[in-house]
Amino acid sequence: MHTSTKLPAIAVRDLTCQFFTKRAQTTALTDVSLDIQPGEFISIVGPSGCGKSTLLKIIAGLVRPTAGSVELLGARVEGPQRDVGFAFQRSALLEWRGVRRNILLQAEIRGMDRAQAERRADYLIEMTGLRGFEDALPHELSGGMQQRAALCRALLHEPPVLLMDEPFGALDALTRETMNVELNRIWRETGVTVVLVTHSIAEAVYLGTRIEVMSPRPGRIVRTLPVDLPRERAYGPTLATDVFHGLAAEIRDLLGASSAHD
Amino acid sequence: MSPSSPQQTGFPAEGPAHTPDSAHTPQRDGAAPESPGAGPVGRRLPVRPDAAARLARVAEASWRPALLLGVLLFVWWLVAWQELVESYLVPSPGDVLDVLADQRSELMSHTWVTTYETLIGFVLAAGIGVGTAVLIVYSKTLERAIYPVILFAQVIPKIAIAPILVVWFGFGMTPKIVLAVLIAFFPVVVSSVAGLRSINPELLELSATMGASTWQTFVKFRLPGALPHVMAGLKVAVTLAVVGAVVGEFVGAQEGLGYVLLASSGNLDAPLLFADLLLMSAIGIVLFVVIELAESLLIPWHASRRDGMALTTT
Ligand SMILES: Nc1ncnc2c1ncn2[C@@H]1O[C@H](COP(=O)(O)OP(=O)(O)OP(=O)(O)O)[C@@H](O)[C@H]1O
Ligand SMILES: [Mg+2]
Repeated sequence: MHTSTKLPAIAVRDLTCQFFTKRAQTTALTDVSLDIQPGEFISIVGPSGCGKSTLLKIIAGLVRPTAGSVELLGARVEGPQRDVGFAFQRSALLEWRGVRRNILLQAEIRGMDRAQAERRADYLIEMTGLRGFEDALPHELSGGMQQRAALCRALLHEPPVLLMDEPFGALDALTRETMNVELNRIWRETGVTVVLVTHSIAEAVYLGTRIEVMSPRPGRIVRTLPVDLPRERAYGPTLATDVFHGLAAEIRDLLGASSAHD
Repeated sequence: MSPSSPQQTGFPAEGPAHTPDSAHTPQRDGAAPESPGAGPVGRRLPVRPDAAARLARVAEASWRPALLLGVLLFVWWLVAWQELVESYLVPSPGDVLDVLADQRSELMSHTWVTTYETLIGFVLAAGIGVGTAVLIVYSKTLERAIYPVILFAQVIPKIAIAPILVVWFGFGMTPKIVLAVLIAFFPVVVSSVAGLRSINPELLELSATMGASTWQTFVKFRLPGALPHVMAGLKVAVTLAVVGAVVGEFVGAQEGLGYVLLASSGNLDAPLLFADLLLMSAIGIVLFVVIELAESLLIPWHASRRDGMALTTT
């Protein structure tokens, strides 16, 4: 499937990450290696606490690994990366800014063209169903609405790489489906490289071109599953395919075998 | 259908799933859109109360303290009227009012002097305090150097250094202002440091992925988030600044409420003394209210400033 000779968009080599706190030493990741080609959509699933968020933060240069290296778009990651859009697990909105101004923060800091950024912000607000809440402060929003606002912010500058940490975790089922369909469309239209962490097996399979299944802490990649589905995927029909069912069952087995819960 | 959708159990509460057009609800009544880049000030109120409702709220907020004050005044009046205490010790409210009326212009000018010293002292303390807090938060070295000195300066009783200040700066306003600064400075530093440190680490990560400069991170992330703490510190500081100015006037002054207080107690002029006390507390209260107003303009988004929520928790 990836016969491309291009440089990988993200190359993760033998990552190990340990955290030292006063009370304990935690090994979050051991020997994680990944090659992600431009335009791929990687879904990462794994039990809670296995290091998925840590992996994303290492790719973005926000956490320094204990060992191993990451290359992003051909350059070694040594510090925080600007070329990514990051959707944090907790939406990380500025409490004092309304939805629209939270989204436009991205443009302000990057010095993007104001008018163009505003047009794009309005488009994203419309797309994520936040119309009518442009001026609402984060505390006036539901958890799902906060996540959608954070998603708009991560997409505003059309980053070449999108790192998403359970971006839809707080959404109701139907909104989540809509957002999945939208994300699939955005990904196809922009050719962005996506790494998505999710706890939803359906979401992982519907969106991914490849699924990485991780073990409980210390996190390793226990299985890589290519998703043999076309890039354009209608929601209902895709979920009805044998490919979908087969993969979902396999992931379920892998997660069930590796952890008692989830 | 699929065995693999554990999340698919929610209700379609809201969202664009079905009716993207109906998301266009006129939820907020055309509140003027915030002007871009207008700083961290959200001007929008959840519900705009009309004049009557606002008046009702003010009345609701003030009848209890007003009642308590009324009772206290009555007790005071009763004590003086029955001459339970000698009138040169506790004057009657009427005598005090007479003094306030008779010596109006003189008292006003003393009040103004003290207010001026307090204000200058407070503004300096706020500026120096926030600035010091920024240095402490951004530099470990400076933190280690500055914090112990500040603490040392704080534990020296300020009243004890007032005479030295007079020796150094003379009998003008300077020593009073310096004293006000010294007293008001500490709470500003402590609360500002707490505020600047209280930022959610994930917001710093966010600013890093945006490629924000140190300055941008400070202005757009840290400072607005620190404002609730800073404002709390300023409220304490403004009342302490009054104390500083008055204490400064005790030591050597020809004007100001502190000076009047010393003079009137020397003359056993109880009505003047009480009038003077009233004016001092009036300064503190007015300045406090001004800071409260500033706070409601600066941080309407903060939990301490939200209202109108029908919560059942206490
Ligand atoms: N800053 C930190 N300091 C210390 N330990 C940390 C830190 N960040 C993460 N850890 C630890 O690393 C492990 C992996 O955390 P991580 O957040 O990456 O898990 P996760 O896979 O994202 O879990 P979840 O699905 O619940 O979000 C956890 O055991 C956590 O306690
Ligand atoms: Mg996580």
